[in-house]
Amino acid sequence: MSAITDERRPDDPSVPDDASTPPGGRPGRDALRQMGSPHRARNVKDVIARVVMWFCFFLAMVPLVWILWTVISKGAHLLGSMQWWTGNQRNINSDDAGGGARHAIEGTLQMVGMTALIAVPIGIFTAVYLVEYGRGRLAKAISFTVDILSGVPSIVAALFIYAVWVTTFGLSRSGFAAALALVLLMIPVVVRSTEEMLKLVPNELREAAYALGVPKWVTVVKVVLRTAFSGIITGVLLGIARVMGETAPLLILAPYTKNFQRDLFNGNFPTLPMMINQDRGDFALATAAERMWAAALTLIILVLLLNIIGRVIAYFGSVKK
Amino acid sequence: MAKRIDVNDLNVYYGSFKAVEGVSMTVEPRSVTAFIGPSGCGKSTFLRTLNRMHEVIPGGRVEGKVMLDDQDLYAPSMDPVTVRRTIGMVFQRPNPFPTMSIYDNVAAGLRLNGVKNKKTLDGIVESSLKGANLWTEVKDRLNKPGAGLSGGQQQRLCIARAIAVQPQVLLMDEPCSALDPISTLAIEDLINELKSEFTIVIVTHNMQQAARVSDRTAFFNLKATGEPGRLIEIDDTTRIFNNPSEQATEDYISGRFG
Repeated sequence: MSAITDERRPDDPSVPDDASTPPGGRPGRDALRQMGSPHRARNVKDVIARVVMWFCFFLAMVPLVWILWTVISKGAHLLGSMQWWTGNQRNINSDDAGGGARHAIEGTLQMVGMTALIAVPIGIFTAVYLVEYGRGRLAKAISFTVDILSGVPSIVAALFIYAVWVTTFGLSRSGFAAALALVLLMIPVVVRSTEEMLKLVPNELREAAYALGVPKWVTVVKVVLRTAFSGIITGVLLGIARVMGETAPLLILAPYTKNFQRDLFNGNFPTLPMMINQDRGDFALATAAERMWAAALTLIILVLLLNIIGRVIAYFGSVKK
Repeated sequence: MAKRIDVNDLNVYYGSFKAVEGVSMTVEPRSVTAFIGPSGCGKSTFLRTLNRMHEVIPGGRVEGKVMLDDQDLYAPSMDPVTVRRTIGMVFQRPNPFPTMSIYDNVAAGLRLNGVKNKKTLDGIVESSLKGANLWTEVKDRLNKPGAGLSGGQQQRLCIARAIAVQPQVLLMDEPCSALDPISTLAIEDLINELKSEFTIVIVTHNMQQAARVSDRTAFFNLKATGEPGRLIEIDDTTRIFNNPSEQATEDYISGRFG
């Protein structure tokens, strides 16, 4: 009691005198009225914070909705035709309408599939090493390298692969060469997200497994990776989404073709970003512009579908309560 | 089943910091030994050296000898995984595997070590859950997640999981400190039953608990923070609580410090 009164300045009019605060601690009516003012101030701050957050939320939504609206309104009707999903662009000139995107859809999926096939194991193993095994200098060096790799612009990754694949080894440009460049872009995303997920697994679970006489590698595979499974899937999907729309490596390493091309290792290779790029060249023609928007919408839908599939997998593999 | 543990002049380190110094004791088979003492005196650290869990922590190491009957647990040829299979552990906070059902949690130790036979697993799961006094409560929902049980049930599930691999010794690191009194009572009853089969070592902050469940009690203390913890004395529980030989023990028991 006295400790509180000592801190009050006697000349402060806002401080009620001791008579209004009966001994025993319950504040008197004056004291209660005093308590109203910080409460009101807090309410005001609360309202301001709410308004700011809502405003920022809407600001962030504007470009998203805008993009979706533009792409859907300008490209959706081509997606309604069967030909879009079954045909290719062979013998279709810029001033011809429609045509198919099947070649580019297949190409993108094939290329991204190859990318994931290479990048996901490397990324996950690296993350497991960093979180479960790595100590000291080597781990720090790897972690630092991953940081640098995640900052490498896609065109630089593409030039690097070009220098190695085409200039040094004398191999031709191909879908696979582009996939290699995408691998460089995907690895750091997978490593970082997997690392975060593994760190979230409580240490008690590892200890529980060790205490049952389970070897460390079994603990990592069956307990740690299993517990982090849904998070890892999400990370992998983020990585795939990141590389699916990459265009720079394709420009340099995988020239576009309007035909079906299922050979990833030889010749030109069709992909959705390159199809968009192709039609962008003749943007002035309504037929090409329309095709460009439709291809863009198709790419968005592919990413969306992958996300949904990933979420379903993650849901069935997630921690149940 | 149960085995004796002999510890001889054990020092425990975290990196260069000596956390526990010069502990020698014998833990009798088929009995409950309780470790008591103020916080930070090294009881849990010492407990974790008994099944080589201490070395899981980076920088953790020990000097000295721990014998399980006639096996040297820290012999270079000894595999820590084997040690932990023989000496099980229950932790302070219940830690069932969140991705696994009740059944899978109990079967985890066996399954992760390669036992696949469904009949064997069924039998061991049932006997372990019965052994942990949990069977009647969960027998109709063995496929429900283990994390959905109450705290006390989860801790008994962890005990069932630990005894399912049929260890010789069961180490318990403050197994009731996160539980309410009724769950605590259930665990204490369980400890009383388990001691007919296992050698049990329990760390507890609760002196009444030590008095209730243990046959022998070891008192740990440290001179000051930053100094290593030491074993002050170990004796029959009744003697420690009624007529200890050391003044420090008496001071701690009677609540003069700690």
